[in-house]
Amino acid sequence: MYSKDGENYFIVDAHIALWDARPENQRNIPGKQFIDCFYDYHRNLSPDAEQWSYEEFLYQGGQRLMKDLFEDGYVDHAIFQPAYLGAFYKNGFAQVEESYGLAAANPDKLTYNHCYDPRDGEAGLDRLRADHEKMGFKGVKLYTAEWHGESRGYKLSDPWSYRYFEECRKLGIKNIHIHKGPTVRPLDRDAFDVADVDQAASDFTDLNFVVEHVGLPRLEDFCWIATQEPNVHGGLAVAMPFMHTRPRYFAQIIGELIYWIGEDRIQFSSDYAIWSPRWLIERFVDFQIPEDMTEYAPLTTAQKKKILGLNAAKMYDIPVPAELQLPGAGETKTGPRQPERADLAGIR
Amino acid sequence: MTALRVDPAAEARADVTEEEIRRALDSVFDPELDEPITDLGFVRSLTVQTGVDGTRVEVHLRLPTSFCSPNFAYLMASDSKDVISALPAVTQVVVELDDHHDSDLINAGLAADAGYRGTFLHEADDSLEQLRWTFRRKAHTAAMERCLTDLLRSDTSLMATDMGSIRLRDLPAGRNKEALLRRRSALGLPGIGASIVLVNHEGHPYPPDAVPMALRRARSTRISIDGNAHFCRGLLRTRYEGSGSDQSTRSEGAEPSDHHQLLPLIVKEIHP
Repeated sequence: MYSKDGENYFIVDAHIALWDARPENQRNIPGKQFIDCFYDYHRNLSPDAEQWSYEEFLYQGGQRLMKDLFEDGYVDHAIFQPAYLGAFYKNGFAQVEESYGLAAANPDKLTYNHCYDPRDGEAGLDRLRADHEKMGFKGVKLYTAEWHGESRGYKLSDPWSYRYFEECRKLGIKNIHIHKGPTVRPLDRDAFDVADVDQAASDFTDLNFVVEHVGLPRLEDFCWIATQEPNVHGGLAVAMPFMHTRPRYFAQIIGELIYWIGEDRIQFSSDYAIWSPRWLIERFVDFQIPEDMTEYAPLTTAQKKKILGLNAAKMYDIPVPAELQLPGAGETKTGPRQPERADLAGIR
Repeated sequence: MTALRVDPAAEARADVTEEEIRRALDSVFDPELDEPITDLGFVRSLTVQTGVDGTRVEVHLRLPTSFCSPNFAYLMASDSKDVISALPAVTQVVVELDDHHDSDLINAGLAADAGYRGTFLHEADDSLEQLRWTFRRKAHTAAMERCLTDLLRSDTSLMATDMGSIRLRDLPAGRNKEALLRRRSALGLPGIGASIVLVNHEGHPYPPDAVPMALRRARSTRISIDGNAHFCRGLLRTRYEGSGSDQSTRSEGAEPSDHHQLLPLIVKEIHP
């Protein structure tokens, strides 16, 4: 829990990882390029005092994760969202067994979400059933640009994706977290497009689709589909640290999200270990929309509380002390939430 | 005066300079960010060598990450090769993309002039034209929003609902209007004063009750493009020390940190 100015915030970090990107685990050059890309994100968007050395960044281990999140980071509960990346890393990028083990040892603090690849076909479905029986997860993380043999990406609207969603439905896996990446076949079109999420969300209305990094770099496409689909949510992984380097851009991201999808469907994530939650939480609680951006209403304390933890807690049935709970906003399920602000009326 | 003998090498040297190559590359745009690759700092090196066989140009491109979309990467590299090859004095062109996960694939495709499908084989269906159009439309949408929002902010008697009937001649002259006219032209839309500003990519205006929402959607597109443009520039500066000096200033969406002092280079190698 984080407390400031007499307000208490229940914190759920909805997107964390325990990875191993050390050279001995890298399978090939893309394995190095992938972690280097993450490290540049980290260096580019972190305050100086929060920068890690490259060596620290390659691997953290469970002990450090527990400290960064729960001792130093104010987090009440965190959710693993593993990206396997077996084409790049010998034992996978996300350490699936280690993450599951850590969550099993700390069930009050950690939730383990699993991952699968629909291109594994029937054999993968068998494995998903077996993994679910053993681990009992409520959610999965799908990285659509994962490399897999000749294929370097898939869509949520592919027939095999649908077979897996049907299986998720049967097994009670309700929360589908999606991370869009750049290599999806065919390359003729924009790979970051989220139109396939729209299609899947319309056909599986009983599943929740959480689009990570709120669709960035296609915020506009994400907002447009999410406003029409009540079961599409936005995860703030990667978006959060813009608070530091580019606060006006961050204000616009949050302002657009509140406008298009409302305060009940946005989830805080640090994207640990790219960033650590402590400074993100402190700054978000202090954050406000700049006064000259009158097209957005100021963020309320209740909105911040929902984003920082209550929304994800609700999706994952994580117990929240009664005094920290808040009711839903009672907003429209589809369409803009603040239509009165559509006309820049606040300027005057 | 007529020269009796012309040294072909000297003639070629006089015909094309590094500066001219660079100006030719000004017309190569990052389709996603709607800016020339020369402004973004994506041109890493450029060499012109003139010999008896003519003039050979070699250009190396660099991108903000190894995992930038390969389709955009290929477009910028192949467009670069095309514009340099079109210069009459140039006899050989080598364009290479450095440090990308698809560098080998793309560079081999460019060297063989294999085209998009020949380069990406089973990962390519038809062409990248549709991708170009998607981003031309987005660029137009953002340009339109900048003009109309500026107008709204400068004239407090105007309402958002009025924006559906604003014509090009109602916009003040300046950088934003020029950008809008360029983007309209790219879509084949007329640039005459009587043209309605707020239109879809086919040039159709919106009914009055749909105008505020159209403007609001356009705003999210503009925010997205500006945000990506600055983030990509920042990542390039983080990745390649000193590359900031090759970037021009982008005023749209700029924030103070976009010109921050760069951190010292950290070597990404481990020597156990």
